[in-house]
Amino acid sequence: MATLSKIATNDRHGENSPYFDGWKAYDRNPFHPTQNPEGVIQMGLAENQLCFDLIKEWISKNPSASICTAEGVDEFKDIANFQDYHGLPEFRQAVAKFMSRARGGRVTFDPQRVVVAGGATGANELITFCIADPGDAFLVPSPYYPAFDRDLGWRTGVKIVPVNCYSSNNFQITREAVEEAYKKAREANINVKGLIITNPSNPLGTTLHRDTLESLVNFVNENNIHLVVDEIYAATVFNSPKLVSITEVIEKMDSNINRDNIHVIYSLSKDMGLPGFRVGIVYSYNDTVVNCGRKMSSFGLISSQTQYLLASMLNDDEFVDNFLAESSKRLDKRYHTFTKGLEQIGIKCLKSNAGLFFWMNLGHLLKEQTLEGEMELWRMIINDVKLNVSPGSSFQCTEPGWFRVCFANMDDETVHVALNRIGAFVCQGQETSTQPTKKKRWQKKNDLRLSFSSRMISEESVMSPHKNMMSPHSPIPRSPLVRA
Amino acid sequence: MGLAENQLSFDLLESWLASNPDAVGMKRNGGSVFRELALFQDYHGLPAFKNELVKLMSKIRGDKVRFDSNKLVLTAGATSANETLMFSLADPGEAFLLPTPYYPGFDRDLKWRPDVEIVPIHCSSSNGFKITMPALEEAYERAQRLNLKVKGVLVTNPSNPLGTTLTRQELNHLITFAVAKEIHIISDEIYSGTVFDSPRFISITEAVIDRNLQETDLWSRIHIVYSLSKDLGMPGFRIGMIYSNNEKAVAAATKMSSFGLISSQTQFLLANMLADTKFTSKYMKENQRRLKKRKDMLVSGLKTAGIKCLKSNAGLFCWVDMRKLLVSNTFEAEKELWKKIIFEVGLNISPGSSCHCTEPGWFRVCFANMSEETLQVSMRRIKEFVETILIIGNGCSSKQQQRSGSVIGKWVSKLSSSDPEPDR
Repeated sequence: MATLSKIATNDRHGENSPYFDGWKAYDRNPFHPTQNPEGVIQMGLAENQLCFDLIKEWISKNPSASICTAEGVDEFKDIANFQDYHGLPEFRQAVAKFMSRARGGRVTFDPQRVVVAGGATGANELITFCIADPGDAFLVPSPYYPAFDRDLGWRTGVKIVPVNCYSSNNFQITREAVEEAYKKAREANINVKGLIITNPSNPLGTTLHRDTLESLVNFVNENNIHLVVDEIYAATVFNSPKLVSITEVIEKMDSNINRDNIHVIYSLSKDMGLPGFRVGIVYSYNDTVVNCGRKMSSFGLISSQTQYLLASMLNDDEFVDNFLAESSKRLDKRYHTFTKGLEQIGIKCLKSNAGLFFWMNLGHLLKEQTLEGEMELWRMIINDVKLNVSPGSSFQCTEPGWFRVCFANMDDETVHVALNRIGAFVCQGQETSTQPTKKKRWQKKNDLRLSFSSRMISEESVMSPHKNMMSPHSPIPRSPLVRA
Repeated sequence: MGLAENQLSFDLLESWLASNPDAVGMKRNGGSVFRELALFQDYHGLPAFKNELVKLMSKIRGDKVRFDSNKLVLTAGATSANETLMFSLADPGEAFLLPTPYYPGFDRDLKWRPDVEIVPIHCSSSNGFKITMPALEEAYERAQRLNLKVKGVLVTNPSNPLGTTLTRQELNHLITFAVAKEIHIISDEIYSGTVFDSPRFISITEAVIDRNLQETDLWSRIHIVYSLSKDLGMPGFRIGMIYSNNEKAVAAATKMSSFGLISSQTQFLLANMLADTKFTSKYMKENQRRLKKRKDMLVSGLKTAGIKCLKSNAGLFCWVDMRKLLVSNTFEAEKELWKKIIFEVGLNISPGSSCHCTEPGWFRVCFANMSEETLQVSMRRIKEFVETILIIGNGCSSKQQQRSGSVIGKWVSKLSSSDPEPDR
């Protein structure tokens, strides 16, 4: 009986990770403000839903950008026929321009180096096929985006060697950590082909410092391995410091740096909130990679209909500038609403300036400082609090208790509901707890109580007038796991 | 004439668009669905779109087969569908048997990243390039001698480049063979909607059902590839799909489709278009009528030049017999002839060797990607060229060369540009 392939029957697609269990819980019981107010709120999906109004407005005002309207249908035939893997020239130009604007115009991109791919998912797999063979490995700083295991390794046969980062220095990547991981891999006879970093980081939401980037460029240059920087969140930077793109760093470094080893991954899924349109980009300084990548893009070309629409949209300078500015503003507001609200109930988050999520520390709520402890807390958050957040372990974080929480994929009302639920959850823990040792730890937080309750009542953005589940007398966070 | 595109019926599509502003403007019942579409990246695909696709597939097969949308996996074009099937059904180094001549792009789609070997099933002009049982057996044995594990057979039905539908007998040979060897059958039916003449199209599924094998193991080894690139002439939209009775294959391919999903914007447009079944029926019928007319024009044009074509009933091309124009029965002579046709006659057609044909002298000539006037021009050029060759024998006289040299124009510059893509 002819079997299926090993790839088809192994687990390297990664869908058995808890990362997806949360999604399943949401799918079974999705929250809706009126139709299902007790449902699970999706906070595990990094979508950017804050600026659709701007895009919709543009589309209505620009009917000729669609090949299906009376104004645009004359282009229908040519566009419907267009399957050239070089991509629509005007689309590549518009994307190169947009990438530049998203980096404040501090660097320009050459449209000839833009390779289209099926979403960043397709782009990451494509670059891997171009620069690595089955059995080779990439260094990837942890915590990292869970689907990298699938994108970089499933069909390509390439391994990931994590470079662990720690909260002691805010999870920053250091050259020392990378070198250490590289050395260990080499000693184990693993052929490391490159280093892959995400900047801004998923799940941390932080951007890399210029000198860190320079040291990483020097590292890959000295060891003649590749550097792939996934800049999918480039335009989600909502606070200083500004994004330092790898392209900016390269432009300013010495000519002894081999640019052939530097590649950028990009997409419009996060910056513009259009994951459904499957716009992925591989940008490489390496001509061979560009040529090979172009041919491979045949396996996941962007629909010409979509390329045409977006070429027009991204060429509209006024629209783009306004969009980028407005998007940052809205992300900033949302971020602060959440992190302030959480701070008031004693929950700390990693200070971040980008992304569609924050990295929340619930270590103090764990029964045990272990992976199991984290999983137990996580299940409680999903099943009892009914929030789908992502546990740090699914990002290969080595310290238990961290969770990624997405904030840009819901409306303002849902934000209130989510905050209220978290608040109720931690307060509930405090009320039922009988362990004196725990009390000691939280004593220093007592002074939060009064200021918390008054601020909670007055701060409109946090309180929901109809669903006030907060008890004004018990803001002190306690693990609800700790019960008599 | 080397690009198998279907440009004959855009006017019909354009007028549909003009009358359906909602689909266009991403609206449903007047309300905007833009936001839903912008966010929709579920690799299960837009349910409405898949429902329409299975209905379309069924209609193309004369409603003799019913398809289940849960067994359909959407991919970015048939290119992606074929590669994905390879990743799902075969390990690197394993092999698939393919009848020759076959679509050149298969060399890339099957061999490149999945690293699957292609072992050709030799078909010959002596019986119109039909697949025979001895040919199947011979290919299998050749694979064994090369120490290659055969995982299945991949056929294109209707055939590219032949333009013919597989006969019932050929389908039965395939089925008997696949049962005996316990291997997969992939049927790339991308041209199934372009059948414009009898005999009617018989899908692999229908053939298996007629042999009463739906309850056997074989059923879960039958996989179909389809696309809207040829039937609806929209290759730019990257609409491909895999249909499989094998749950595990569907599950794996669905996950793999993440690497090449169809844009939700496009799924929505096509879901609406295909839902208008009156339109799609009318379109398919009219499109087939135009294809037949065009094919007849090409065939009779070539006939007046003394050139025969393989009798065909489908596809966007003819399989043309230019053996008598060869100076010798070799592939070198075929290449020389091909260069002459490109540079002196100014026609880009595809040589049989690029399709792995075992006999030199055959060429694939596309007829659906140009206007009628252009086709007439091509016919005139071929006629002149053939007359020259046959009169003179081994080449053109200097006078003839001068005349035919003038047609070189834009064809040469088009060909000399970099990155030639395999013709589909």
